[in-house]
Amino acid sequence: MPNLKSPLLVGGASERRDFLGQVDAMAATTVEACYQCGKCSGGCPLSFAMDYQPRQVMRLIQLGLAEEALASRTIWVCATCFTCTARCPRDIDIASVMDALRVLARRRRIQPGDGNVVVFHRSFLNSVRRYGRSHELGLLLGYKLGTLRLTEDLVLGARMLAKGKLSILPETAKGRAEIAAIFAEAARGEGADVGSAGPRAAGAGSPTAEAGKAGEAGERP
Amino acid sequence: MTAETLRFAYYPGCSLHSTAREYDLSTRAVARAAGAELIEIPDWNCCGASSAHVTDPFLGFALPARTLAQGEEMGLDIVTPCAACYGRLMAAREEARRHPDLVRRFEAATGRKLTGRVRVLNVLEFLGEPRVAEAIAGKVHRPLTGMKVAPYYGCLLVRPPKVTHFDNPERPVTMDRLLATAGAEVVDFPFKTECCGASLGVSRVELVVELAARILEAAARAGAEAVAVACPLCQTNLDGRQTAAAAKRHARFGLPVYYITQLVGLALGLGPSELGLGRQLTDTMGLLRRKKLA
Repeated sequence: MPNLKSPLLVGGASERRDFLGQVDAMAATTVEACYQCGKCSGGCPLSFAMDYQPRQVMRLIQLGLAEEALASRTIWVCATCFTCTARCPRDIDIASVMDALRVLARRRRIQPGDGNVVVFHRSFLNSVRRYGRSHELGLLLGYKLGTLRLTEDLVLGARMLAKGKLSILPETAKGRAEIAAIFAEAARGEGADVGSAGPRAAGAGSPTAEAGKAGEAGERP
Repeated sequence: MTAETLRFAYYPGCSLHSTAREYDLSTRAVARAAGAELIEIPDWNCCGASSAHVTDPFLGFALPARTLAQGEEMGLDIVTPCAACYGRLMAAREEARRHPDLVRRFEAATGRKLTGRVRVLNVLEFLGEPRVAEAIAGKVHRPLTGMKVAPYYGCLLVRPPKVTHFDNPERPVTMDRLLATAGAEVVDFPFKTECCGASLGVSRVELVVELAARILEAAARAGAEAVAVACPLCQTNLDGRQTAAAAKRHARFGLPVYYITQLVGLALGLGPSELGLGRQLTDTMGLLRRKKLA
């Protein structure tokens, strides 16, 4: 069971409002408006695999319980299907709130509530950074090495290879300098953790780390 | 007839060049048959899919924005068959209008211009464009008579409704109508817009097996003999996880998962190989033979 600590015990009132305000601004929505009807959670296809229901996450944000929200499994299990957003009678863009929480969790280097999902995203983006396009076989192998789930899905993978559904070699976009500039610009932002560039572009790794430190420092008032 | 050729910028996205090559083949084949020219965006890149927007807002915006900008340079509406690419392009288009600061950062980083005004069409909108729809309706040489199909839309064609502005988020009908035009029997299917789990198909397999089981079970109960989709992730999850989903339910679904463009192409009289029909994992040809369509 989630342990909802009293909001009076977790930091000052302004800190709580800061978190709420930050999430609202990032998701361009108004989490305060949630009145706990539960429609988001009733319709969520993945609620069965979550630790906090979506409506509980809205409450955590209202209460300023940042740690609980950012370390939840919920934010990584959410598939961003937007069913909650489409149905919310208070017009809260709940799926975009989940995006904001995921971004904040990465920026603050919080131990993710579901590590495998994060390894997948990292592996995916490394492929995009390197080639401009995602190379499915490569990113699947990267994911497997990152999670050590080496034997899972070997049969499916073999069937897909046999059907020509997984290319051995990556396709590349020509404008990789532009793609690199996009990643660099993202890394320059507020403590963004957009993954490592890998050994082939080691130079790009350090600005990311520096931007991370600067961002963390910047968040403190 | 002096009307000029109908031309569109075409954004296949990464899946259509790998796991969903049959979607690419069949989209191009149907476009050709309908007299529309699809011109591939010369240096398109990945839209960032499920991963960029959960990592950094600028990255989630700028990756699809680069493809939008190229479409704007071409001066043509963009057609993108992948529902996830469509969702990301539409979201970036919306953000470009709302957040000039994001546009400034994008333009400074890439040296490109972006207005966010280019039209982006998903595959159902493309097939519903007046002249394309008219051509298709006039060329149904091999109606899919007696084939019972569940139209599965998934999430990102219809949601979030304020971004996609397409059909209805709970009960869309565009694909139903297209299947009816192709002569198929559309079953009443309550799981049209339930989520398949998308990229969790890699990282949380057991969750996607459950979601796929729910959707396939609903289709089978509705009397469907096949499922029609308009998204490579939906296809991969419903097709690739079908064996595991059936085992979980102690059932045998045997439901081929066709791309809508493959079914429309068949109705137009195109051949199975042109439409990449041998490429799915769950057998797609048996049903066609039983229905005397191949």
